[in-house]
Amino acid sequence: MRLLGLKTFRHGVHPPESKDETSGLSIRQFPFAPLLIVPLVQHMGAPSIPVVEEGQEVERGQRIGRPDGFMSVSMHAPASGLVRRVALAPSISGRMVPAVYLEPFPGSTQEIEDGTPCPLEATKDEIIAAIQDAGVVGLGGAAFPTHVKLKIPDGKFVDTLIINGVECEPFLTTDHRVMLEESRDIFTGIRYLLKVTGAERVIVAVEANKPDAAEHLREAFPSDLNGSVEVLQVKYPQGAEKMLFSALLGREVPSRGLPLDIHALCCNVATAAQIGQLLPRGRGIQERVITVTGPAVKRKGNYRIPIGTPLRFLLEHVGVADDVNRVFLGGPMMGAAAPSLEISITKGTSGVTAFTDTAAERTHSPVYPCIRCGYCVDACPIFLDPSMLGRLAASEQFSTMADEHHLMDCFECGSCSFVCPSHIPLVQRFRGAKAAVRKSKAGAA
Amino acid sequence: MANGGKTLEIRTSPHILSGYSVDTIMFNVVLALLPVAGFAVFAFGLAGLLTLSMAVASCVLTEHLICRAAGKPSTVGDWSVTITGLLYGLTLPPSLPLWMVAAGGVICVALGKALFGGLGYNTFNPALVGRAVLQAAFPVAMTSWIPGFAAGRFSSVPSSTLTLPFTSPEYDAITSATPLALWKFGREATATSDLAMGFISGSAGETSSVLILVGGVYLIARNMMSWRIPASIFATVFVFSGALHLVDPTRYASPIFMLFSGGLMLGATFMATDMVGSPMTSRGCYLYGALIGVVTIVIRTWGGLPEGVMYAILLGNAVTPHLDRWTRPTIYGAKGKEAPT
Repeated sequence: MRLLGLKTFRHGVHPPESKDETSGLSIRQFPFAPLLIVPLVQHMGAPSIPVVEEGQEVERGQRIGRPDGFMSVSMHAPASGLVRRVALAPSISGRMVPAVYLEPFPGSTQEIEDGTPCPLEATKDEIIAAIQDAGVVGLGGAAFPTHVKLKIPDGKFVDTLIINGVECEPFLTTDHRVMLEESRDIFTGIRYLLKVTGAERVIVAVEANKPDAAEHLREAFPSDLNGSVEVLQVKYPQGAEKMLFSALLGREVPSRGLPLDIHALCCNVATAAQIGQLLPRGRGIQERVITVTGPAVKRKGNYRIPIGTPLRFLLEHVGVADDVNRVFLGGPMMGAAAPSLEISITKGTSGVTAFTDTAAERTHSPVYPCIRCGYCVDACPIFLDPSMLGRLAASEQFSTMADEHHLMDCFECGSCSFVCPSHIPLVQRFRGAKAAVRKSKAGAA
Repeated sequence: MANGGKTLEIRTSPHILSGYSVDTIMFNVVLALLPVAGFAVFAFGLAGLLTLSMAVASCVLTEHLICRAAGKPSTVGDWSVTITGLLYGLTLPPSLPLWMVAAGGVICVALGKALFGGLGYNTFNPALVGRAVLQAAFPVAMTSWIPGFAAGRFSSVPSSTLTLPFTSPEYDAITSATPLALWKFGREATATSDLAMGFISGSAGETSSVLILVGGVYLIARNMMSWRIPASIFATVFVFSGALHLVDPTRYASPIFMLFSGGLMLGATFMATDMVGSPMTSRGCYLYGALIGVVTIVIRTWGGLPEGVMYAILLGNAVTPHLDRWTRPTIYGAKGKEAPT
């Protein structure tokens, strides 16, 4: 669908972008914390099985966890150091998860150990295994194991690979910087991805607020690659893969279906860059680019941060305002509030945003009854009726929500809550309702 | 400690809001209505001022007292009852006895709003509920009009205005007929320029189409009003009455006359668009507008009353939930569904 000459999807919202303060800042290396806490479950799926023990010395890049089955990935040491403990650690979900507590050697050169490279000439299965072994997950935030997505079942095919550089979340500029600074790795990654998926072409999608990135990628686009860089209208949630498919291909993923059903596959631009960086060197993920930003952060920026860096160390290093009152991982639309500062940075963390009292004030507004203004109906990219769903949720009619009003198609983008002039916490209600529906389904099965 | 020993708040996403709020929307509607109200005072003098003031005061006070009686915090601060009061006042003949104005105001809020559950639950536009009750109870007073721009309108009020409660007003000789009544009962057309600018008789607020449209454009520009509803009403009225006019111009008034006369402008712009009583889907808004347009013309043309906008909107309010259900959009991914493997 085209509007104003640029492709986009229907509905959606326009939150303030708030990217100017960090979009021009180059990626900087972040120091090692005195203690890194590397969770063994940073992805959707089974936790990795630890292959190190207490007191063991590990080298940077060494494997410290092996995948537990196909729906799991490897985990690597983000630093050379000493394994202090293998024990539970707090996580963003509020639950305790198994983790490796690693104390980096002070003053070590921190050279990275190269493993066995996986060349582009390798077979599809070898590349998929190498991606799993490198511990690659979707870096856009969902942290779905990438190799699982790339394993195309028999009888299915992919014609278009979409590389997602939209970054529609306000405040975040990691993908922007990665596109500007790591284009070579991105295109190497794309070659691996094209080979594994068998896609004929690649589309790199960039939102119109990053013209420098789009221009840079166009210039750097290898002439032998079949594909293009597409600039999309600035609108949230353009970066959701369903919205990308409808904007770029005019195809809709069937309700409850998979992108494979419409012969498309979407991969975050930072994920592609990681694949292009790691596979030729036989390495695993040890760090990732994260935007540390928000009104409460003093030294905002895009940092390459070791996985397992505790949030408290990170915030102390960049400095936060005295009146900080909310910290969340990711951007303000979909990011999860940190339950404590003892949790650590994981592969799925695309940003750390800290708000002050004043910045958060607006979300303390009083809740009014629904006035049926229809803003949410015009915002929902899935074409649900959030107003009706909200009323049903308030009276706990969860099965009606799921059966008649497509509750389970909601992907919690937050657009409805963002526009609601009555400040009804719609998405929060939908999360609770979805959990209740899943529970009752599990109970019935 | 990084957060200076403070507790961090844990709230679910999204962590930012658009900044739109029910009270800011409602307040802007009040702002958009002020020029219309100002013109009513200018045109009808003290009578207009007293009618509007009494209408707003009775509505606001009723809501405040009902909240207090229910032991809840007063909701007058959300400005919605001020809109009700203003709209209600603007639909009244400026010479209506003040005690009737006050009684109708109580009915607007008590019957039209509070009884349904308050803001957000009022199926029908409260201002029109009050007006409809008055229309049924006091048909003569509700159709007795004074001419606008009368000399001495700022120094004296019509004798009817100060009629004692529960007594019937006596009317001066100088009452005049509205353009719609002139047409209905005498086939007499009023000049379009007079209609648009408001140099006519009528309810306090239905006389200046231009100022009503200015307010509407302001709200639409600020995304605080659906443009689809007035657009659909105007288009329907124009096409329907235009077709009739082509058939027989002596029996059926011109579409321009139909658009600019009576309560159509005020109703289509400020009352049919009341968010609570109008559909949420785009297609629902078009259908809703079309229904209101058709019913208005049917009543005006073949009904016993010269004006039908009020009943048309109340009927539209009644079918709104059905319109929303019938026009529910197909969700993303429901089309061309393939069985996921």
